[in-house]
Amino acid sequence: MKILSKFYIGIIFLLLYLPILVLIVFSFNEAGSLAHFSGFSLTWYKELFHDEEALSALRNSLFLAVFSSLIATVIGTFGALGLHRMKNRYLKQPILTATNIPMMNPDIVTGVSMMLLFVALASLLGSKSFFGFGTMLVAHTTFNIPYVLLSVMPRFKQLDPSLSEAAQDLGCTPARAFFKVELPQIVPGIISGLMMSFTLSLDDFVISHFVSSPNFQTLPLYIYNQTAHNVKFSMYALSALIVALILVILLIVNFAGSFGQRKKGEVKK
Amino acid sequence: MKKALSFLLLALLLSASLFSFVSCSDSESSTKTLYVYNWGEYISDGSEGTLDVNALFEEWYYKEYGVRVEVNYSTFSSNESLYAKLSSGSVSYDVIVPSDYMIERMIDEDMLSPLNYKNIPNIEHIVPEFYGPDAIYDTYDPDNLYSVPYLYGMIDIIYNTSVVPEDDPAIGSWELMWSDRYKGNILQFNNPRDAFGTAQYYLGLDVNSKNHDDWRLALDKLKAQKNVVQGYVMDEIYNKMENGSAAIAAYYAGDYLAMYEENEDLEFFYPSEGTNLYVDAMCIPKSSENKELAERYINFMLSEEAAIANAEYTYYASPHRLVRENEDYIAYMNEIKEDAYQKMYDTSSVTATSYEKLDDEEQILLNNLWEELKSDIDIGIVIYVICFAILGVLIGGGIFLSVRKKIRNRY
Repeated sequence: MKILSKFYIGIIFLLLYLPILVLIVFSFNEAGSLAHFSGFSLTWYKELFHDEEALSALRNSLFLAVFSSLIATVIGTFGALGLHRMKNRYLKQPILTATNIPMMNPDIVTGVSMMLLFVALASLLGSKSFFGFGTMLVAHTTFNIPYVLLSVMPRFKQLDPSLSEAAQDLGCTPARAFFKVELPQIVPGIISGLMMSFTLSLDDFVISHFVSSPNFQTLPLYIYNQTAHNVKFSMYALSALIVALILVILLIVNFAGSFGQRKKGEVKK
Repeated sequence: MKKALSFLLLALLLSASLFSFVSCSDSESSTKTLYVYNWGEYISDGSEGTLDVNALFEEWYYKEYGVRVEVNYSTFSSNESLYAKLSSGSVSYDVIVPSDYMIERMIDEDMLSPLNYKNIPNIEHIVPEFYGPDAIYDTYDPDNLYSVPYLYGMIDIIYNTSVVPEDDPAIGSWELMWSDRYKGNILQFNNPRDAFGTAQYYLGLDVNSKNHDDWRLALDKLKAQKNVVQGYVMDEIYNKMENGSAAIAAYYAGDYLAMYEENEDLEFFYPSEGTNLYVDAMCIPKSSENKELAERYINFMLSEEAAIANAEYTYYASPHRLVRENEDYIAYMNEIKEDAYQKMYDTSSVTATSYEKLDDEEQILLNNLWEELKSDIDIGIVIYVICFAILGVLIGGGIFLSVRKKIRNRY
C-alpha cells in the first residue's frame, strides 16, 4: 500500500513538473531546437536580455501585476470587512453570491464585456480610444477582487467579535481597534489573496487580449503573438526565469509563514 | 506602523492613477508615434545580429524630416485576430499587414484607406506579377488602391528523405499526402481553408468555387485521407518534422527553410497540380491618424536595405525586384541550402492561385464540412445526455441533502 501511494505521488509530480522541466532543460540547449540537445549554453539567456520588446513586455506585466494586486487587495479587504459587519442576512448572502459571479464567469465573457464597456465609454465621452495601461489596470483589478474576498472572508468569520469589543471597552476608537486587533489576525488571508491575485494577473491572457493596446503589451500577449511562426527560444529562457522567480517567492512565503507560527507557539507555552 | 502602511498603500494608489495620466499625455508631445501591427516574428528586429529595421526607420526619419518618430510595433497571430481587434474599435493602428483574403474583406467593409502612392515611390521595385496592370497575384486588390505587397509564399509539401525515397513516384504531386505507404507519417493542416485547399488542388477543383458539390468532393477526399493522417496540426509541425516523428506535411514555403536548418534530411516541392500563393501586404486602416507618416514607413520598408533584411530574417519570398537580384541575398539563401534561392523563386512550372474571400454561404458550408470531417462519429447527442445526467444527479443530490438536513433539524 505504501509503495502504491509513493508511486501515485511520483506520477502526479511527474505529470505536474515534466513539462516545466523540459522547458528549463531546452532553454539551455545551444542548438535552439527541441529535436536534439547539442550542448549546454546560455545563448538564449543572452539573447533574451538583448530583446528590448520582450523585456518591456515583462516590465509591463510585472508592473501591472503589482499594482492591480495591491489595489484589489485593498478594495477586497475593506469589502470583506463591510460584508462581515453587515447585519442584514437577506442582503449579505446575495451580495456574497454576486461577488462570486465574476470568478465563475468565463474569462472570455469578462474580457469582451470589459472591452465593450470601454469602447462605449469612449464614444460616450466623445474622446478617442483610451485603451492602455489604465484599462488593463481596471480590468485586472476587477477580476482580482473576488479572489481577495474569497481568501479574506473566512478569516473574518474566524475572528472572535468580543476581542474587538474588548479593545473598544479599553478605550480604542473603532478604527484603532480594527488596525490593532482585527487586521493582524487576518493578515495571512490578505497575503494569500495578494499572492493569488498577483499570479492571476501575471498570467492572464484572455482578458488582457481584449482590453490591451499597442502601447501596453504584457508578456502573455507577446508570447502568444509569436506563435504565428515559431516561438523564439529566448522565450524558453524567459519562462524558465519566471518559474525560478515564482519558486523563490513561494519558498520565502512558506518560510516566513512557518517562522511566524513557531514563534507564536513558543509564546503560548 | 499600520498607519504608515495604509499611507503607503494610498500613495501607491495615487501614483498608479498618475502613471495612467502620464501615459495618456505621452502621445501629445512632439514625438510622433507610429503604430505598426504585423505578424509575430515577421520583421528583422535586430535579434541574433540582424538589422533592426524599425530603429533604422526612426533614425532615417529624423535625419530626413527632422521629426522624432517612435515606432510602436506590436504583433498578431492570425488574420482573424487582427480583424477582431481592428473592428472592435478599441485601438487604432497606422500600418497593418493582413493576408490577401483579409484585405479583400477589409476593402469590402470599407476599413482601409486608399494609399497615396506619391509618398511611396519605391513601389516601382515591386515585380509586375504583384503590382501594376499586368499583375496576376493581386486579386484581393485588383486596382492597387489599398495595399503594398510585403512578403509572399506558396504552400509546398515538405518530406523527410530518410523515410520517403527520392524515386517515390508520388513526389511532385499532392498524391504523396494520400499514399498509404506513409500511413501515420502525414500531417494535415488544422484550419479548414488550407486543409480543403490541399484536397481541391489535388482534385483539380477551383479553391474559390461557388459550387457546393465541389466542396463535398473535397470533403470525401479528406475523409479518405483520414486514416493515413497522423494528425491535424499547425505550429506543432516544426517539432514533428524536425525530430522526425512525422515525414510528410504541407506547409508554407518560408517555414521550410527554418525546419531545414534543424534537420537536413528535409526536402520540399511545389505540387504540380497547382498550389496556393498568398501575399501579405501593407495597408493603412481608416482609423489611422498619421497617414502620411504611415505611407513613408511603407515606402521605407520597400527600400532595398529594409526589404533585404526582412526577407533574410523571415525566409519568406520577396516580391521586390532589388531583393531578388541582390547578390548577397542570393548567396545568403544558398548558404542555408544550395538550391534554396532557385527553388523558391523559379516557380514557372507551378500554377499558383490565391484564396479569395468566400461569400457567407460558402464560409458557413466550409465550417460545417470541416466540423463533419473532424467529428466523423456522431457523439453529439450522447455528450449532451451525459452532461445533463451528471448535472441532474448533482442538483438532485444537493436538494436531497439539504432537504434531509432540514427534516433532521426539525427534531
